[in-house]
Amino acid sequence: MMQPPDLPDIEQQIAIICQRHGCEPHRLLQILIDVQEMYCFIPPEAITFIARHLNLPRVNVEGAAGFYSFLSLEPAGRYRVLFSDNVTDRMLGNEELMRHFCNRLWLEPGKVSEDGLISTNFTSCTGMCDQGPTALINGWPVTRLSKERIDLIADLILSKSPVSDWPSTLFEVNDNIRRTDRLLGEPFEPGSAIRATLMRGADATLGELKLSRLRGRGGAGYATADKWTACRDSEGTARYIVCNADEGEPGTFKDRVLLNRYADMVFEGMTVGARLLGSTKGFLYLRGEYQYLLKKLEEVLARRCEARLLGTDILGEPGFDFDIEIHLGAGAYICGEESALIESLEGRRGKPRNRPPYPAQHGYLDQPTVVNNVETFACSAMIAVHGGKWFGETGTWESSGSKILSIAGDCTLPGIYEYPFGVSVREILQDCAAEEAYAVQVGGPSGILVSWKEFERSISFDDLPTAGAFTIFGRGRDILEAVRNYAHFFAHESCGFCTPCRVGTQLQKKLVDKIADGHGTASDLEELKHLGHLMRTMSHCGLGHTAPNPVLDMLEKFPGAYEQKLTSLSFEPAFDLDAALATARRITGRDDPWAHLP
Amino acid sequence: MTSTITIDGKTVPFTEGQTIMDAALAAKVYIPHLCHDPEFKPHGSCKLCVVEANGRNVTSCTMPASPDMVVINDTPELNEDRRALVQMLFVEGNHICPACEATGNCQLQAAGYYLRMQSPHFMHFYPPRRVDASHPDIFLDLNRCILCELCVRASRDIDKKNVFGISGRGIDSHLAVNSESGRLGDTDMAVTDKAAHVCPTGAILIKRKGYTVPIGQRIFDQKTLREFHLEQQKRVESEDGPDGG
Repeated sequence: MMQPPDLPDIEQQIAIICQRHGCEPHRLLQILIDVQEMYCFIPPEAITFIARHLNLPRVNVEGAAGFYSFLSLEPAGRYRVLFSDNVTDRMLGNEELMRHFCNRLWLEPGKVSEDGLISTNFTSCTGMCDQGPTALINGWPVTRLSKERIDLIADLILSKSPVSDWPSTLFEVNDNIRRTDRLLGEPFEPGSAIRATLMRGADATLGELKLSRLRGRGGAGYATADKWTACRDSEGTARYIVCNADEGEPGTFKDRVLLNRYADMVFEGMTVGARLLGSTKGFLYLRGEYQYLLKKLEEVLARRCEARLLGTDILGEPGFDFDIEIHLGAGAYICGEESALIESLEGRRGKPRNRPPYPAQHGYLDQPTVVNNVETFACSAMIAVHGGKWFGETGTWESSGSKILSIAGDCTLPGIYEYPFGVSVREILQDCAAEEAYAVQVGGPSGILVSWKEFERSISFDDLPTAGAFTIFGRGRDILEAVRNYAHFFAHESCGFCTPCRVGTQLQKKLVDKIADGHGTASDLEELKHLGHLMRTMSHCGLGHTAPNPVLDMLEKFPGAYEQKLTSLSFEPAFDLDAALATARRITGRDDPWAHLP
Repeated sequence: MTSTITIDGKTVPFTEGQTIMDAALAAKVYIPHLCHDPEFKPHGSCKLCVVEANGRNVTSCTMPASPDMVVINDTPELNEDRRALVQMLFVEGNHICPACEATGNCQLQAAGYYLRMQSPHFMHFYPPRRVDASHPDIFLDLNRCILCELCVRASRDIDKKNVFGISGRGIDSHLAVNSESGRLGDTDMAVTDKAAHVCPTGAILIKRKGYTVPIGQRIFDQKTLREFHLEQQKRVESEDGPDGG
């Protein structure tokens, strides 16, 4: 493993990195990711030099570096092991594996080993729920963790073997495609959608998109043709096409599979969009957790350039120029929100913008911008090839086409399932062999918790809208523990900009913990409802609006999940005096009766 | 051309480009707020100014007014939610009103009075936060910072110095200082800077000014937050001419 270079060279090293990115302030996040990789953290001197090279205030560089989870202002270990902490990882025993790992290596979560070799911690869902538990080791996903695999990893780290030399079986990521339909089932020939668009013409293809009734697959379900038309009709000096591959919703992993196996379809959808809107520049915003796909995706882009499906005069059409650049994220769920994603693309903290104006008018660099989900672009490519009528024949009137679901949790066959919209939860549960399902979280933590009484409900924009997560809880699972995991997730991922979300998600987390720890009372339930109302109605963006969903759904649908944990008192303090003495007891090595409060 | 909106049934004129807040303040209709100051670019983070416009909750300091918009502002429900937001700001930081030099001049405290806050209600976070006394003339006490970014905006847009920024994320978001040491004393901030005088709480204090105005004669000992903010608006209007800039 490469030793971190000596800090005296740092000015030169930073200059090289900055120049590699053209000293472009919009590439700040990409520069910071490179610096993190080189030094295992972002040294203060690096921040100073980057600011100088990019001509930015130092505090802006520090602010960006401080925002993203995968960037670290304190030294991290040369081996950085991040255990995925989605509820499905929990169900598969990630906590026990983390303990085992820490015991083997004499570690404490969140701390760097004394020799600076290793650091470990939990991280939000890494999008491998169908093959968990997972960890990211120096950015590389290791799937299907077991005690044996943890032991092997510990040995490899102790022998200081470079991660690139580790056995490739550790890093195997499967696609697990179990059911296909219109999108994944039809063969797709690269170039076919662009050819069809050029033949038909841009306006006619936009007409097909309208006819298809395609709605955005990111969850919100805005009509794609309307979004694209608004962008086309907005004034600007340039137009941008952005593919949102920041698949951060815990339990979702279908974009990972689309990018791994159907990248041509996705890039082609973006290129069709470019033709329709007159855009020459596109971005794929790839979540940091999927960095392992970067090289492969860049190869696809290079191949498409060679085949004249990207670049200048695409397929010989004069003036049809379009390039796609991949931008990496660095561990921030909020960057899935389109305006936060644009801020991040511009090299800033991923803070959602004030709206209006919307990205279709003022997006990237204040120019008209379309931001769509990976699956939406794949659908657009297929619509360009087969037409809007073909697409609209499946699904329902309000929700046309098919939906790719990422199914995980208590079922025998986790993986990717493509269904026509309108499919019932019950049918899905049968297909993936979920024998004793008790609850399903549809759409991840920001979605809807569905109880066994509602399994006839259907996946569609007017019943159960979803970006793709479908997490199954079998009988015997503790719903309160799942909700607790989600509450912690939102508290960790709130960007911190607005009061109701920044403070509300923390208060919610503390109250759910209080109940789960057996100190809850009836008044805490009222308080959770009150907080939920505040976050829903007063927050700045969707994160705050949806953060109370799992808690409120549990209170409404699963009273049994928390009732037996409540104490009978009307008030119970959250502060436990005796527990507060635990640190003192540990330091003094005492645990006798006198070291406790009576 | 002037169009109108209605706020709580009252017709309020606005011109193109004005927000609901601009129109309201110009018409002396008060919408409570903390992070907004008519002198600066709107921010929209404290969320005290959330109103219902055409049936949807919006942030009035950033939402452009549009013709015939129907705004609901002064209702017990909205004021109750605003009170809860002020309580949230109190418990997330360390606010020691009786001992704070800013007491009586503090807008957060005044918002508590204005919205009839009787207690912090939520459990206190007691976060460990930094005090920075490195600057010869200015104290920086992050215990009282409510992340309104008024100092960030003042330093960036008026002083042209970028002394402040925000780092961290979520509940760890914090005011950061533009120097390698992170200390205010190592920046080019001057006591005459606008940024030294916009803090609505006691997070930025001028040294050697303690109790020059006795308690009982301070701003909010004399007037409510509503009166203070409406006067602030009037002052900006008279400086910028009738259009308010």
